[in-house]
Amino acid sequence: MSAAPALASRSRTFRGGVHPHEQKESTHALPIERMPFVSEYVLPLSQHIGAPSRAVVEVGEKVQRGQMIAAPAGFVSVALHAPVTGRVTAIGLRLHPNGRMMPSIVIATDPLDSQRVPEAQPVDPARLTAKEMVALVQNGGLVGLGGAAFPSHVKFQVPEGRQMQSAVINGCECEPYLTCDHRLMVERPETVVRGAEIIMAQIGAERGYIGIEDNKPDALAALRAVAPASIEVVSLKVKYPQGAEKLLIDAIFRKEVPAGGLPLDIAILVNSVATTAALADLVDRGIPLIERIVTVTGPAIARPRNLMVPLGTPLSAVIEHCGGLLPGAHQVVLGGPMMGMAQKSLEVPTIKGASGILCLDRKSAVPLREYACIRCGRCLEACPMRLNPTRLAHLARAEWVDELEAHQLMNCFECASCSFVCPSRIPLVQWLRMGKAMLRNRKESS
Amino acid sequence: MSTASPDLVLSTAPFVREGATTPRIMAEVLGAALLVTLAACWNFGIGALLTVASATAGAAGTEWLFSRSETPSRLRDYSALTTGVLLGLTLPPSMPLWMAFVGGAAGIGIGKLIWGGLGQNLFNPALVGRAFLQAAFPTAITTWSPPVEPGGIFSLPKSLLAAPFSSAAVDAVSTATPLGLAKFESQIAAIGPLFIGNISGSLGETSAALLLLCGIWLGARRIFDWRLPVSTLLSVAVLSGILHYLSPESTPPPLFMLFSGGLFFGAVFMVTDPVTTPTTPRGAWLFGIGVGVLVVLIRLYGGLPEGVMYAILLMNAVTPHLNRLTQRRPFGV
Repeated sequence: MSAAPALASRSRTFRGGVHPHEQKESTHALPIERMPFVSEYVLPLSQHIGAPSRAVVEVGEKVQRGQMIAAPAGFVSVALHAPVTGRVTAIGLRLHPNGRMMPSIVIATDPLDSQRVPEAQPVDPARLTAKEMVALVQNGGLVGLGGAAFPSHVKFQVPEGRQMQSAVINGCECEPYLTCDHRLMVERPETVVRGAEIIMAQIGAERGYIGIEDNKPDALAALRAVAPASIEVVSLKVKYPQGAEKLLIDAIFRKEVPAGGLPLDIAILVNSVATTAALADLVDRGIPLIERIVTVTGPAIARPRNLMVPLGTPLSAVIEHCGGLLPGAHQVVLGGPMMGMAQKSLEVPTIKGASGILCLDRKSAVPLREYACIRCGRCLEACPMRLNPTRLAHLARAEWVDELEAHQLMNCFECASCSFVCPSRIPLVQWLRMGKAMLRNRKESS
Repeated sequence: MSTASPDLVLSTAPFVREGATTPRIMAEVLGAALLVTLAACWNFGIGALLTVASATAGAAGTEWLFSRSETPSRLRDYSALTTGVLLGLTLPPSMPLWMAFVGGAAGIGIGKLIWGGLGQNLFNPALVGRAFLQAAFPTAITTWSPPVEPGGIFSLPKSLLAAPFSSAAVDAVSTATPLGLAKFESQIAAIGPLFIGNISGSLGETSAALLLLCGIWLGARRIFDWRLPVSTLLSVAVLSGILHYLSPESTPPPLFMLFSGGLFFGAVFMVTDPVTTPTTPRGAWLFGIGVGVLVVLIRLYGGLPEGVMYAILLMNAVTPHLNRLTQRRPFGV
């Protein structure tokens, strides 16, 4: 009797992928707390894909929390806002989490200010044209908060003549350890749904889908309780990288985005739950992107937490607020353990794409001893793009660029599933990254 | 800032890895092979252990000789040890120990090192060693002594300790394997003893039951690709089933084909070698089917009573081609 509904509600997924340990137990039940203000903020002008923002303030200038301090420099570029009320003390090179010195605006916090966002102008999206909406999102500094930090307004500009069908909201959070999206969905489901409705209206999509992995039953329940009939909350199997947009679409619709194409090509748009909620806050409350939720976690942090962190807060301050690193701390990673970036210095700022601060100890770190490839084929089974990672790595090592292209290397989105499963500990995804760089270089030089 | 950065280590993502490592995979196969060695001792006496040890010494010694300068030693990946033990298990009891040693050295030398070491070889090194012995010592490798009597575990066949290159008389007591009887005398052995293993044959191949357990264990732990042994056994069962149905008098029944000779040993320990078999899932199916078909053809229509070794070596040769043929359609292409 109960077989039919069980079958109907079975979680969907894609083919391939891997099952890392989830490691979310230490933070998934912790409510989002607010990171206290610190004395100084560093805001790199490049926190997104595309042209760096252009500073519109000067050294010595007083800035209000939420005020635009850098404007978009081109279409694929977004604005940047002051995370605190204070004074600009420097505009110059500062260490960026990407390991390079990057132009940044430094703001000293005004210790006497209440740090309330000045009443911004909430807008009624129904009264805006699609074009005005795109400008609002661009000037609001919105980027994809799932990690890639692609400017959101670019996606909201539907090319003329296109009819969009579905808006997908990505609540998979398939990276191990991270729980910031999970907490957002549990604590503010109405905001997520509100953002989804704004996106659907903007791009003219009739249906909305919120995809959530089934290890977050409370998030599924919270969103199902508030979602209108036009938005379906979809339960997905726990599998990495379920949150990659092409795989999320494959899981929900059983449709493949063409290689080299965008979800747009099959009339679908994907945004993360964090981006979607930030959009709702921008429209309804007039708050630009000045802070984000960060999961501070891992075996080497004293008190794991989900924190609302103002952008520009140094990692050292966030870590200190969480009780500091434990003895034996070995690596600090910005982002998740599959696709994040290891940090050498903790004096780098929290940026828009930083979903987690992962503190690993020696035991959890990966041993570096590499063995010969035994052609076991595990990387082929893991690769969600159905590439041949071991062959590609071989070709990249040989710098055989034509063959790399013929083997569809550019379809790799660097999810690292191949490196994760490789029993010989070959840094496959690193070779693939290098191969992609070779292909890009050749394209540029020709 | 007060938090002095400790000595943080830089590396690239991913920062977590799955548990299985290459030495670990080899070690688990080695463990299963040692279990089979114990059973061989029970069946054929303590000489089985000496044969396996000689073959392993030949294999490991050769690997060591040609990688002395490397630290840590290449022996640490356990692959040469595994090759040696597996080779030993494919040899008949009472084969002179020095021949087993030569087989191990040939397997690693010709089967693996000249190709460029671990992961580079086209053919299964243990089977290359065995093929070498088959060519060099055709009599010794086809002389089968029967299982030992209860209590005879510690008796050693004299031929075992023959001096190198002496034309030592082969042990007086010799017997035919069930496959030999089937081929040359048209006698079909009962399935029960074939399954349990108290029969004559190569050291490791006699007990299908134990090999099945090893296979299930290794497959469940994802040490090898389950498609390889499953497709091999299935294709033997299906093809010999059809042939037996068409002419029940002249062809043995499928269960006999499955449980006799080296098929189970080959399916669990040889067909599953990752290096010499296809990497793609569809390639794995084709490889297994090819092995199964060749085994049946060689056994029924070839000159030899057993064909598992040649079937696998022949399929090894086409593995690169199978990989190319079975490339998958990339996502979205």
